[in-house]
Amino acid sequence: MKANVGRRLAVAATVAVTGLALSAAQVTAQTATMAVGAPVTSLDPHYHQLSPNNAVADTIFERLVNTDNRARMVPGLATEWRVVEPTVWEFKLRPNVRFHNGNAFTAEDVAFTLARLPNVPNSPSSFAAYSRPIARVEIVDPLTIRFHTTAPYPLLPLDMTNVRIIDKETAENATTDDFNALRAAVGTGSYRAVSHRNGDRIEFERFDPYWGERAPFQRVNYRMITNDAARTAALLAGDVDLIDQVPTSDLTNLRRNAGVRLYETVGLRLVFLGLDFMRAANENSPFITDNDGKPLGRNPLQDVRVRQALSMAIDRRAIVERIMEGAAVPANQFLPEGVFGYVANLAAATYDPDGAKRLLTEAGYPNGFRITLNGPNDRYINDSRIIQAIGQMWTRIGVRTAVEAQPWTTFVGRAGRQEYSAFLIGWGSNPDGSHPLRNIMATVNRDRGWGSSNRGRYSNPQVDALLLQSLGEMDEAKREQQVIEGMRVAMTDVGVIPLHIQTNIWAARRGFEFTARNDELTRAQDLRPAAR
Amino acid sequence: MTVYLVRRLIQALFVVLAMSLIVFVGVYAIGDPVEILISPDADQIERERAVKALGLDLPLWEQYLVFLGNAVQGNLGRSFVFNEPALKLILQRMPATLELAFGATFLALLVGLPLGLYAGLRPNAQASKTIMAGSILGFSLPTFWVGLMLIMVFAVQLGWLPSTGRGETCSVLGFVGITSCSSGMQWSFLTWDGLAHMTMPTVNLALFKISLVIRLTRAGVRETMLMDYVKFARAKGLSPARVTFVHVFKNIMIPVVTVVGLELGSTIAFSVVTESVFAWPGMGKLIIDSINVLDRPVIVAYLMIIVLMFITINLVVDLTYSMLDPRVRLENKGT
Repeated sequence: MKANVGRRLAVAATVAVTGLALSAAQVTAQTATMAVGAPVTSLDPHYHQLSPNNAVADTIFERLVNTDNRARMVPGLATEWRVVEPTVWEFKLRPNVRFHNGNAFTAEDVAFTLARLPNVPNSPSSFAAYSRPIARVEIVDPLTIRFHTTAPYPLLPLDMTNVRIIDKETAENATTDDFNALRAAVGTGSYRAVSHRNGDRIEFERFDPYWGERAPFQRVNYRMITNDAARTAALLAGDVDLIDQVPTSDLTNLRRNAGVRLYETVGLRLVFLGLDFMRAANENSPFITDNDGKPLGRNPLQDVRVRQALSMAIDRRAIVERIMEGAAVPANQFLPEGVFGYVANLAAATYDPDGAKRLLTEAGYPNGFRITLNGPNDRYINDSRIIQAIGQMWTRIGVRTAVEAQPWTTFVGRAGRQEYSAFLIGWGSNPDGSHPLRNIMATVNRDRGWGSSNRGRYSNPQVDALLLQSLGEMDEAKREQQVIEGMRVAMTDVGVIPLHIQTNIWAARRGFEFTARNDELTRAQDLRPAAR
Repeated sequence: MTVYLVRRLIQALFVVLAMSLIVFVGVYAIGDPVEILISPDADQIERERAVKALGLDLPLWEQYLVFLGNAVQGNLGRSFVFNEPALKLILQRMPATLELAFGATFLALLVGLPLGLYAGLRPNAQASKTIMAGSILGFSLPTFWVGLMLIMVFAVQLGWLPSTGRGETCSVLGFVGITSCSSGMQWSFLTWDGLAHMTMPTVNLALFKISLVIRLTRAGVRETMLMDYVKFARAKGLSPARVTFVHVFKNIMIPVVTVVGLELGSTIAFSVVTESVFAWPGMGKLIIDSINVLDRPVIVAYLMIIVLMFITINLVVDLTYSMLDPRVRLENKGT
């Protein structure tokens, strides 16, 4: 709390004086400094599946299939890809690409990279899942590679957007330490890493022989400033030219500051409420009681009308405007419009407390019940304030709600053990509807690898069937229809209660321009001097 | 003396052992590191692989024994997050924290002692009252807020000092020209840029300590001035300077040394707030980040090092006592 007050005071006072400080500072076109809010833990692109690491890996290395700022697939190190047979994908590689050490990029490097994915020692979260569907890699010629899968696998190009290609010769026996010490951090990207201080900063230098668009700066300092107030202050002091994860409490003031420009885009991270589906309709859910605090004898969340009522009772617009300061959009599904698998004609999540009360009465709870809403307090933007607001909204329709927020470290384990009745959590999607469907809405199934984050244990055979179909469908149009249908079923059934999709926000000093990405990555190559 | 040292060492060993056990079990009780580190879309197979890779598939007591076995050989485990030896990670960041802590302590003594002495010798002077009032501010202003205010005034408004981060660094050997600047332990007080970056965090850390030293010194002086031996020294006709700096000063140093020693320890171990406000890449930030992701090897190694450090500091404090006050005899304490 103290931290918050301090931050507000500081920001309020700083904003008043920054106009001057910023215009006085000279923008040097050759060097740029950017500050990110989350620490990068390794330069090994296959060690830890983590956004900050991926952002840096994306600067040094490249992928066969890139994603643009709207998360659409675009040619990267592969110029084109196609289905040869249902179980064979062919990728044509880009000619005349050089690694930072001068080596030519060939199919050998791709094969080597894929072989390395499952073999990174001590990895706390590996990339092995992206090579697992591939049964055999066939090098047709130095610039053509084929992936043979055991079953038809339409998601292979999407998987390739997660794999950064390394140089076989350099990385043959390289460990994660070698990447961190820069010996093995040799990629094909437009910047190369020239210095690395773990958890503090990375320095990039332009790689002149780059095949594509020339990197805009000779040098980029990539600093990690995890404290929100300090990051904003560093921007206002002119020590850094760009910051990411702009705190929502600073937004109003920064918007008014002429020396700073905000770059925003709707993201791919949905904040939603998970519900307890583990307890059957005739069992007690751990945090639900009747109005006198006695066991209810049944799990009201198994009734779709109750779930609808809880969703309708939430005023998403108020949460977005008042708590999120506009840095989110109300959501009725996992993905924002324009992404593969977005359900266009799904009813909007409207605020209707009276309708919610009617539904509760219909379901047999005219006087509601008691529930505890759990959530983290240090994970998502304003997470604990959001659950407090929802607690009040639910209480208004007669569901007397207690709210309990705790640190992510303890929260996530308990949520994973199905200890909660209702809980707030988030999900950052890959830009394909099958991704949230498979990981959150599908029935937990070890053999298929489904339901990895299905912490409420939602299960709907119809959703499962559609997902299964789509995962073997090689026709993209048909596949999208199946994914959309699956998502529609899951959302109409209120398998989770979507709240809002967060907006990703960067702030740059005047004289700089940034391309905001909806995958949240803060990459050096997306920062440019402003066109004059 | 030797007996005393050996006893202390054995005590220290037990404390470290107990500490490691408590932390080990404590972190286990908080949550599961794999849940936090793993990508949320990782399937069951990947989860099992990660659990095994981090050595978390064994029962807790077995994990602890493995840890002890390695620790005896000087290996405190590898960080789950960074995949580097925990000890190396901590030592890499140690210079950054040490120079802040020592800088702040030095500043505290440099400013606090003279001001406290003055306030003690002339308790009724206007200047003394100002000093004492100022020291109350130093106590009561929260570090977090002062840090931000310093940034605002000196970095944002005046633009004199850099707002955050550690500037250029150099190794001691590089500084005197024996090796290159970039090899060995990196210190920032050896370069101008580094000093500029150090100034604000050091002052921020020192503020509380300055106040503490002022108050301790003043209280000591006031008390000692009334002692018989001071009166006697005066009566003997010794110069006021000799009375103050030899007879009084030496005697008031005992509480000051104790408190400054402990303060130094806690600054080294827990200057988290200052380090995060100024994005200072020290150990305090490392431990907080590690706790947030339950990076157990780093947490355990860190706290073991801190325990060792506190034990050492206490030992040094005790030894200093015996130098300052011949009445304190270590042998007697030891037997």
